Amino acid sequence: MTTTQQAPFVPTPRAEGPLLEVRDLHVEFHTRDGVIRAVNGVNYSVSAGETLAVLGESGSGKSVTAQAIMGILDMPPAKIPQGEILFQGQDMLKMSAEERRGLRGAKIAMIFQDALSSLNPVLTVGYQLGEMFRVHQGLGKKEAKAKAIELMDRVKIPAAAARVNDFPHQFSGGMRQRIMIAMALALEPDLIIADEPTTALDVTVQAQVMDLLAELQREYNMGLILITHDLGVVADVADKIAVMYAGRIVEQAPVHELYKRPAHPYTRGLLDSIPRLDQKGQELFAIQGLPPNLLKVPTGCAFNPRCPMAQDICRTDLPALVEVSEQDGGVLPGRRSACHFWKETIHG
Amino acid sequence: MPEMTTTPAEKTTTTATGGPGQPEQKPEKVRGLWGDAWRDLRTNWIFIVSAVLIVLLLVMAAFPSLFTDADPAKANLAKHYLQHPNYGHIFSADWLGYDAQGRSVFARAIYGTRASLLVGAGTTLVVTVVGGLIGMIAGYFGGWVDAVLSRITDMFFGIPFLLGTMVMLNSFPNRSILTVIMALSFFGWTQTARVMRGAVITVKSQDYVHAAKALGAGTPRILFRHVLPNAVAPVIVVATISLGIYIGAEATLSFLGLGLNGVSWGNDISDGGNSIRIAKFIMLYPSIMLSITVLAFIMLGEAVRNALDPKQR
Amino acid sequence: MGRYVARRLLQMIPVFIGTTLLIFLMVYALPGDPVRGLFGDKGGSPAVINALRHQYGLDKPVLVQYWDYMRGMILHFDFGTQIGSDQPVTQVLGQAFPVTIRLGLLAFAIETVLGLVLGVAAGMRAGKATDTAILFLTLLLISVPIFVLGYIFQTVFAFQLGWMSPSVNDATNYGQLLMPAIVLASVSLAYVARLTRTSVAENLRADYMRTAIAKGLPRRRVIGVHLMRNSLIPVVTFLGTDLGALMGGAVVTEGIFNIHGVGGTIYQSIIRREGTTLVGLVTILVLVYLVASLIVDLLYAVLDPRIRYA
Repeated sequence: MTTTQQAPFVPTPRAEGPLLEVRDLHVEFHTRDGVIRAVNGVNYSVSAGETLAVLGESGSGKSVTAQAIMGILDMPPAKIPQGEILFQGQDMLKMSAEERRGLRGAKIAMIFQDALSSLNPVLTVGYQLGEMFRVHQGLGKKEAKAKAIELMDRVKIPAAAARVNDFPHQFSGGMRQRIMIAMALALEPDLIIADEPTTALDVTVQAQVMDLLAELQREYNMGLILITHDLGVVADVADKIAVMYAGRIVEQAPVHELYKRPAHPYTRGLLDSIPRLDQKGQELFAIQGLPPNLLKVPTGCAFNPRCPMAQDICRTDLPALVEVSEQDGGVLPGRRSACHFWKETIHG
Repeated sequence: MPEMTTTPAEKTTTTATGGPGQPEQKPEKVRGLWGDAWRDLRTNWIFIVSAVLIVLLLVMAAFPSLFTDADPAKANLAKHYLQHPNYGHIFSADWLGYDAQGRSVFARAIYGTRASLLVGAGTTLVVTVVGGLIGMIAGYFGGWVDAVLSRITDMFFGIPFLLGTMVMLNSFPNRSILTVIMALSFFGWTQTARVMRGAVITVKSQDYVHAAKALGAGTPRILFRHVLPNAVAPVIVVATISLGIYIGAEATLSFLGLGLNGVSWGNDISDGGNSIRIAKFIMLYPSIMLSITVLAFIMLGEAVRNALDPKQR
Repeated sequence: MGRYVARRLLQMIPVFIGTTLLIFLMVYALPGDPVRGLFGDKGGSPAVINALRHQYGLDKPVLVQYWDYMRGMILHFDFGTQIGSDQPVTQVLGQAFPVTIRLGLLAFAIETVLGLVLGVAAGMRAGKATDTAILFLTLLLISVPIFVLGYIFQTVFAFQLGWMSPSVNDATNYGQLLMPAIVLASVSLAYVARLTRTSVAENLRADYMRTAIAKGLPRRRVIGVHLMRNSLIPVVTFLGTDLGALMGGAVVTEGIFNIHGVGGTIYQSIIRREGTTLVGLVTILVLVYLVASLIVDLLYAVLDPRIRYA
């Protein structure tokens, strides 16, 4: 999985149950053109040391869910009419703004996609890293800077001490993303949410950054929510996957199960559209149509206009996210699908 | 080429005169920058208010006699404001009263519109064409051409606008609308040139310009077919706002005694200032007309800016 | 950076020469004559006029006059003689500048403080009622010409309320200068507010703001450090170049409030066709402008590390 130098694996004792649990989360945006229901009843959970990959196209609600967890949605226009976000058993949506702020950065940290725009262009990276310690731990400027250099070393930025006073634009894309990671790790949080952390990077750098993230996650035994649209990134690092479409989870599965036997036509479409060496020369598969306009989501299953298996029932009835089982009724732990025809999909 | 610089601007104003009544709804079609802008403008109250005001002012400038029977130049000392200190109240007999020479304040406020609008529009036209051209050449060709043109722009920019026009106009004892337009343009073109230069520099590095070059298009064609249409938006915004600013500048110059000879709001405000303690209305009404006119154009420019630059929304 | 400054200073030389020559040509090549103006409508005898013209060097070709003037100015700090009063122009300038600098600085302070406060208030609530109200106020300030505003202030605060004296008779009294300074600052204040508003509203949506919130920083730090540090860059630039505009606006303001500063002197010089005084004043204004824009450019590089000068 990674090229780690055998960091000692010492799991820290945690409260029982999952680290984070999202229950029936709804998020809507009130805009001039109408109400956009970006997230419609999402459930998922992550435990310490576990990696959950959330997969979906843009507009699927995967990032909005993450921002809701982080508490960085702009409200208004966003609104959370329903749902719970339990962090170590406590509902964060019921906490005061100040309590939530205390969690942000310290207990739950986030890594953003575009490090160049996500770092403040006019402040040195040392300042931006040190800020975490100054605000959350009350350290002085000097100590904070020393800590910043230490962090930069941790994420393997060469000549950290010399570069601590550089500005974000003076680093390469990969190095900037390492700084983002360092910032997220600063206070050794319990949970990290990485929103497409490698999308903006070159393919070669992508692997390095992903490996670093996975390595550090194991070392600190953190929960990781990895948001991506790239199935390739997920395979190596994730433990389980939730596939989102139009604000709902359409399929949940342990990572390798999902690759072997998708239980939703959308997942199958995604898997089929990955280029594979053994299919060289054949035309690449692509899911037909476009992601739905969230202002007018199709009735029934939101995926029905693009689905090769769609029947009449798909246009009228919204399929529930149900447990998936073997043909003989044997349980498939952790597997769920929101398709009327999941049996045909997984066994057909 | 002057037509090219001004057509989109005229389009904006003609659509403005058309008002929100014009049925131009094709919302499902793919819209460009201008289509988007227009859709945004139609629902913007700032745009609607300013457009209505500007239409009214244009009518006033073209047909002042529609609004008043009185002759703005006719002096009747029997109607001197000291003899009728109650004038200036909306409901009094002669409505807005008479100034120190017994001339109708109302008629003069109406008739002043034409000069102001002519100066504003004329200066904007000259400034946009001259400044736009210089900015486009500097921005597109770069190198020493840019260096020379930019330094020349700096030279003119270094002299405070109002100061330069004052010095210039003071040399002309008889100042017609044309003289004032020339003086304002002489110092006003720098801003347009700078804006245009910046926009052209951004546009010329775009792929479609490289593509046009690669396809062997000549320089004039690239400039006027590819660069100009894509660089003109900020210039239009500047032009609309400056139109209001020039009207204000003309009035300021007239106020200082260095503006138009003849009926002008600035002159009347200056005259009215002398009797401000006894009869405020003499100064008040041309001031209101002037401020509303400037406001209308600045609001229009503001609305156009917001419509053309989605970032500002 | 050092090389950039050197290059900018070199670039300033042709601009300085060009601007002063431009103003010189306008003053001397256009019709009109200060000596003739000295005698009023009656006109003096041609002999006397010619003698005076010779004394002030007005009979030489314009370019020679320009050369002489610049040489005197640079080598001997000699700005010529004010013909009307026979005083050295430097002395006239020495009397006028302190007054206008006081007025200008007061206006500058008002413009900066009020402009920033209004702009931040509007930008933080973009699209809300506060924003609309401030938008309307700034549009109004830009639209109402400065002399109209001056009269309104005089009428309301001096004549009707009696809070202030309608004209300034002691230019060292900041209380008396307050009203003219507000009038002078009004337009720039509106521009500062608009610029700040746009900048704040834009930066509020920036990705790094989301990062700052995600880091769990307190709100005052998110706003005070991350937002402001970025939003103020264009505002500072504007403020720097606006110093020159304030000097230009002083012509009207000083006229209305009867202040004998640069503006008033410039106005008198224009009307009386006092070329030497006018050129001297404008030359200094141009220098102020050039130095201010250089400082702004350098400041810009300090404020925004992404700008690099080669």
